[in-house]
Amino acid sequence: MAQIVIKNLKKQFGDFMAVRESSFTIEDGEFFMLLGPSGCGKTTTLRMIAGLELPTSGEIYLDGEEISQRPPSERDIAFVFQMFALYPHMNVRRNISYPLVSQGMPKTAVQAKVAEVAGILGIEDILDRPVGGLSGGDRQRVALGRAIVREPKAFMMDEPLGALDAEFREHMAEELRALHDRMGATTVYVTHDQLEAMQMGDKIVVMNNAVVEQFGTPQEIYDKPATMFVADFIGSPSMNFLKFHGKLAGGASEVSVHDVRCAVPTSREPFEGDMAFGVRPEHIELSDAADFRAEVLATEYLGTTQIVTLRTAGGDIKARIPSHQVARTGETVGLNFKASTVTLFDRQSGRALKSELNEGVLHG
Amino acid sequence: MSSFSVNEPSVRTKWFAGTLVILYAIITMIPLVWIAMTGFKSPADAISYPPKYIIGSDSDAGFQPTLEGYVNLFTTRTRQTQDYLEANPPESWADEIVRKYDMVIVGPSKFGERFLNSVIIGFGSTFLSVFLGTLAAYAFSRFKIPLADDLLFFILSTRMMPPIAVAIPIFLMFRNLGLSDTHLGMILLYTAVNISLAVWLLKSFIDGIPTEYEEAALIDGYTRFQAFYKVVLPQAATGIASTAIFCLIFAWNEYAFAVLLTTANAQTAPPFIPTIIGIGGLDWPAIAAGVTLFLLPVMVFTILLRKHLLRGITFGAVRK
Repeated sequence: MAQIVIKNLKKQFGDFMAVRESSFTIEDGEFFMLLGPSGCGKTTTLRMIAGLELPTSGEIYLDGEEISQRPPSERDIAFVFQMFALYPHMNVRRNISYPLVSQGMPKTAVQAKVAEVAGILGIEDILDRPVGGLSGGDRQRVALGRAIVREPKAFMMDEPLGALDAEFREHMAEELRALHDRMGATTVYVTHDQLEAMQMGDKIVVMNNAVVEQFGTPQEIYDKPATMFVADFIGSPSMNFLKFHGKLAGGASEVSVHDVRCAVPTSREPFEGDMAFGVRPEHIELSDAADFRAEVLATEYLGTTQIVTLRTAGGDIKARIPSHQVARTGETVGLNFKASTVTLFDRQSGRALKSELNEGVLHG
Repeated sequence: MSSFSVNEPSVRTKWFAGTLVILYAIITMIPLVWIAMTGFKSPADAISYPPKYIIGSDSDAGFQPTLEGYVNLFTTRTRQTQDYLEANPPESWADEIVRKYDMVIVGPSKFGERFLNSVIIGFGSTFLSVFLGTLAAYAFSRFKIPLADDLLFFILSTRMMPPIAVAIPIFLMFRNLGLSDTHLGMILLYTAVNISLAVWLLKSFIDGIPTEYEEAALIDGYTRFQAFYKVVLPQAATGIASTAIFCLIFAWNEYAFAVLLTTANAQTAPPFIPTIIGIGGLDWPAIAAGVTLFLLPVMVFTILLRKHLLRGITFGAVRK
């Protein structure tokens, strides 16, 4: 059980910058998600925490101790690999007991510990089977067993559900989260699936192009994106960006988007130039009376809601509206935006402009 | 009309394939069987025409098995006068066999020694090649080595001409270093020839083992060497076994260097066997006996590692 502090961590492979100076803190007992598209440096970050890669520079503190240059065996961190990496020449029992054997634990204690872990994971009946013939879920459980058996300070998980069937993944995600809640161990979990991250994480770090874009709770990241990348990456459909050129005074609570005045959270930062008006699909309302006009291009029926694609002066956007509301293709409608949820972005840098809404949001 | 299946051959195909395999086996087995059989013939039966090939039959094509060949292989004999033979009755069953030709056994031949030399040099160089090859292959496979590709090419380039092409320099080098006609010299030579094969073969095997296994072991509290020893080696067993067989077959059968560099102390069996010449012509049964015994170690070694070899040569062809 431990707190992990990452300070200015950097990793370079030759000319390639895998992770640029990143800093964030993982609190004791947190289920911490490292989220980002493939190649963004999230796995490299995880491997540096575990000791499988040495950082080019920067520090990693585990419970206050600087460990960035130590071999993995001296870090007391467990790692669950995407492909499980169960030792193929050993049976389930030996796989799980392997980390204990390396510590020189007496045989009877090892047996007891393995039995206990098998009980937690519900794999008592497969302990003596070779790992080769196991199903994906059972392999996953054995890999988890091998990780939890020695009660490490923290768990690293590299897309542990990535190799499972979609159907089974959800079940395993619940199991994993339940296991974490029961053990309360600090867990760092890498995924490229934003849904998985939102569903399971206590806190999320969003990475892109070797940089930490944002760091916070799932709600913060969803409601108050710090950059356009985060706003676009999280949520399905993702946040809409109405492109416009305009001027925003400090303290203003209104902005003119293509000559229509739209309310926004009170600005804390004056800005002039290319901006994007960021609004989530569920915060758009179709209303005939509204000034902001758009043409309905298509509708997608999703049961309780429907997704309506609209053409506006600022580009195509999507709105999520109740399915009983009628929207006909080709019609022109008016749009209302839920003002308190709007984020304005500087289109040049992709950064969110400071406002009443996103004050105090942690930025990478 | 039987039903058609994509992955199950029809009965006719099975019969055809089976017949082909058996036919091929017979063709390849004939020389081996003939050699083994000749080892148990008398010198006269060995060269008789038409050939004799039915064991223990009185017909024209039959012969009575005898251990003459093996006795001649393992002993040196001398011809004696009738008086001497009558005065000294045979001392053993082997002695009794050679009495037919008015001879007595005067001592062991060099075959045992030469055979032992072959075992020491063959298995010694195989062990050394595979041992060094595994370590080098692991390093090439796992670590960032500057100029790794060039180094691998240089290692392979030692095989780009027949090794015997450098026989004269090696001969002179060995003479200056005092390695001529020594076990160590031959082991080093065969290792030098085999190591490039070993490194390349083993590298491809180790490349095929995901690094996650070692990383898991590192995380589980093992050192890099323990991870190599406890996790990588067991999984590379297939590759190691097939590499060992290839190395052993080369070292065991090597003839040219053995003729050139060994004379007495470290001479191996291949240059020795042709020197078994009987009185009044080549002693074919003794030569055949020598060849039969010479074949055995590689056969046994290959059969022991057969399971691995079969997986080994098809490894990588099909991903499981």
